[in-house]
Amino acid sequence: MNLPPEQPERPQTPKGPLRRDDVKFAAARIALFQYAIVAVFLFLISGFWDLQVRNPGFYYEQAERNRIKALPIPAPRGKILDREGRVIVDNHSSFSLMLLRENLKLEEVRPVAEGLGLPYEEVIARLKRFSGQPRYRPVTIKDELSRGDLAFIEAHRGSPEFPEMELIHAQRRLYPRSGLASHLIGYVGEVSEAELNTVEFVRKNQGDVIGKAGVERQYNDILTGVDGQRQVVVDVQGNERQVIGLKEAIPGKPLRLTIDLDLQAVAELSMEGRKGAVVALDPRNGEVLAMVSQPGFDPSKFTGGIRSHDWQELVANPDKPLLNRAIQGQLAPGSTFKPIVALAALESGVIDDAFDARCPGGATFYGRYFKCHLKGGHGVVDLHRGIVQSCDVFFYTVGNRLGIDRIAEYAELVGLGRKTGIDLPQEQAGLVPSTQWKIRTTRQKWYAGETISVAIGQGALTVTPLQLAYAIGGLAMGGVWYTPHVVADPNRRDTPRRAAFNPDNLAKVIYGMYGVVNEGGTGARARIQGVELCGKTGTSQLASNEALRALGTSEALKDNAWFVGFAPREFPEIAVVALVEGGLHGSTAAAPVVRDLVKTYFDKKASRQPYPMLAREHSPEQGQTQ
Amino acid sequence: MINYRSSRDLDWPLLVLALAISGLGILQIYSATAGTIWGDTWWKQMLFVVAGLAAMHVIARIDYHRLLEAAPALYLGGLALLLAVLLFGRQVFGSQRWIPLPGGFTFQISEFVKLILILLAARYLSELRGDRPTLRDLWKLGALVALPMALVMKQPDLGTSLTYAAIGGAGVFFAGLRWQHAVALALLFVLVLPVGWTLLKDYQKARLISFLNPGSDPLGSGYQVIQSKIAVGSGGMWGKGVARGSQTQLRFLPVAHTDFIFSAFAEEHGFVGVAVVLTLYFLLLMQIVQNAQSAPDRAGMYVCMGVGALLLFHLLVNVGMLVGRMIVTGVPLPLMSYGGSSVLTVFMMLGLVNNVRLQRFVN
Repeated sequence: MNLPPEQPERPQTPKGPLRRDDVKFAAARIALFQYAIVAVFLFLISGFWDLQVRNPGFYYEQAERNRIKALPIPAPRGKILDREGRVIVDNHSSFSLMLLRENLKLEEVRPVAEGLGLPYEEVIARLKRFSGQPRYRPVTIKDELSRGDLAFIEAHRGSPEFPEMELIHAQRRLYPRSGLASHLIGYVGEVSEAELNTVEFVRKNQGDVIGKAGVERQYNDILTGVDGQRQVVVDVQGNERQVIGLKEAIPGKPLRLTIDLDLQAVAELSMEGRKGAVVALDPRNGEVLAMVSQPGFDPSKFTGGIRSHDWQELVANPDKPLLNRAIQGQLAPGSTFKPIVALAALESGVIDDAFDARCPGGATFYGRYFKCHLKGGHGVVDLHRGIVQSCDVFFYTVGNRLGIDRIAEYAELVGLGRKTGIDLPQEQAGLVPSTQWKIRTTRQKWYAGETISVAIGQGALTVTPLQLAYAIGGLAMGGVWYTPHVVADPNRRDTPRRAAFNPDNLAKVIYGMYGVVNEGGTGARARIQGVELCGKTGTSQLASNEALRALGTSEALKDNAWFVGFAPREFPEIAVVALVEGGLHGSTAAAPVVRDLVKTYFDKKASRQPYPMLAREHSPEQGQTQ
Repeated sequence: MINYRSSRDLDWPLLVLALAISGLGILQIYSATAGTIWGDTWWKQMLFVVAGLAAMHVIARIDYHRLLEAAPALYLGGLALLLAVLLFGRQVFGSQRWIPLPGGFTFQISEFVKLILILLAARYLSELRGDRPTLRDLWKLGALVALPMALVMKQPDLGTSLTYAAIGGAGVFFAGLRWQHAVALALLFVLVLPVGWTLLKDYQKARLISFLNPGSDPLGSGYQVIQSKIAVGSGGMWGKGVARGSQTQLRFLPVAHTDFIFSAFAEEHGFVGVAVVLTLYFLLLMQIVQNAQSAPDRAGMYVCMGVGALLLFHLLVNVGMLVGRMIVTGVPLPLMSYGGSSVLTVFMMLGLVNNVRLQRFVN
């Protein structure tokens, strides 16, 4: 039986000192308390109303953010192969450490930085740089983690003093240890603040790895893949519970170069310890077979984010190891320019077959005495001997007859003074001086005396090694110039640049270059048995010998040695330029480099020619024995 | 006399409400802990509820006047035990609240002290002469409450010690506290506040600060509240479904089976579920108030209202905390939160209410 809660039968006791049985006195307070209960419940339910009914979307999103972590799957870059498909640049597996920033606290950064041996300030600066990005994107703070790093991270993951850390498996660049073809290949690194503001990298994001130099940069679009993403459900400790979305990375495409590893290796070896460049190209199509610049650098130092110390060392080095001398070194070509002057003279008719000059070891032009490199003089010199013996007086005379503007005209016709258009970044154009040029740049008149220096490849004239190989290779082809390129593209269809020279004139110049190597000329050291190598030596001065003596010989001011050659004499297949800075004489320093390279080329060609393996495969006897 | 009291006369609606809430609590504990190291807590909680029912019956059948007579002794015993906890208790999560019992159970003495304080306050207030409590009476009661408060504060357990204050405060309120005294007490509180601040532990200060501005330190003290608000809010109107709340299941919600159990419930059952449970609590409280109104004497009224006020305080502080409207104090939600001491205490309190109810038939 349930009785009503009220107890009307209980009589109300009058006011007295002891009212143990009177409850009524508190009725008002109890009623007040009931209102309080209602108020509390309204207060609480309104809290839930606020969260659950008025803006559940906001909190739902937050819950999803908690739950779902998007981790990048970095796409491996495409491999870089040589012309025969041999791997030059590979990738290797590595781990990177990313910090998740959504709950990151600054004081958590220090233990991580210390544990991984990173300067605390650098990590902070790095996090600041990423502050413009959405916070759900994690930030990589160290690449190429060592075993020790990995152990450290695993041991401290999830501990309260440490931030949320995520290990990302990434394929990182593996460059040849020796720094082989380092300038040609370039290197990769994280896109910098400045680069992000350029048109080239406008679509990149902070933290993206890009090619920064050489082929890596030029062919970023091909080599760079598309990063994938893994969406995982994680619990509060960051343990993965479930993968809910997976977008695989699309690897970058491999890139086949026109470079021949064998030739590259030979060229690298012969330049080892020297300063200079070698370029070998196939004049029939413009394919670059080898490109060396020394001193080189180790591109792998850049892949994990170059240390500022290493970077300072590279930048401050007076030998400029980051400079690709093959396309960026602009130097006076010296006597290697003489075949071009000779051709200009023949073509423009300032000399004929009968022309000769007498060389007593020097000659005076416009009141100044110009020396020949041979003290005793060459005697009477015609065009052929002039090239073979590299007689300066002969070319002073011819150059004087031509005048600077005609020299410039032919120099430009063969491709000097402007970029060849090779598929590498930051090629330099060299300089072909002319009267126009001088007025434009110095507002001064050209002095005829200056022409005399330019005629032997000195003065204001500068070329890059690539330009020289390109120019001479095109001449050897009879006046056909294919744009040099380092990437083998079967679909490439070049329309070569052509110049109509009188074949007889061209033949005479080429015959001269043949003589340089094969008739006891200045390039005799480049002679190869059985190969009709034609060439021209060059020794370009950086300062007059008098000035040098006054200063005392210093390495930086020593003469540069050049050799440009091609082979065979008819239907050439390879054109090579070697530059040895401070090498003193083209004949001794540069010619052997070209010789070794050309010899390797023809040796390799000869050994491969009959394809013995191929022949055996198709023979019926072979099939029976198996 | 005993014959008049039978199970029929128990407050069945109160019991049904309490069991309904406990049942939902057990379900939620199960959902929140499945597959974790706390996976066995749901059946333990069932045991606690059964034990609680038994304790409730026992308490209901001892005349509460006898309990009131024993109150001073119980009080002294409680103080001694609190002291013992401080000296020898087991440290869990950085505070000493538990006395280990055989069988792996632990015993949180401060929970039972609530019960003792309700009885003590009821006795003290019911024996007052005069119309309203004088200042002197207030001081005495204040001192009686302050002693266990200080001991519990030392554990440190701010939440529980505040519940003691709520018991004392509710008592004097129903005893007819003068508004002048109330104002004076409020002023005193404001004056003591700066001093009290210096007495707080660092984590307690941090909690206060983060309550005022939860975003200031999202991984620290504010973390719990933020995660709780996310859990509640993301539940929306209808909830994510049983065992499907990501905040709960992936443990972003801290201690989802104890202090934050109602957040977990709100995430999985939505606003509708919340409204249902709050209605159950509301009815429960109203039922207790009704028992107070029909109490046979002042002491009985004080006992019932003490229980009612304490439960309301728990609800306000716990649920208010979940939605970010109250500071994080670590007060369990009565009947729902996992915890033997808490469940037993609440059922024993309900036993007291039933006791008072049964006594009204005795005359």
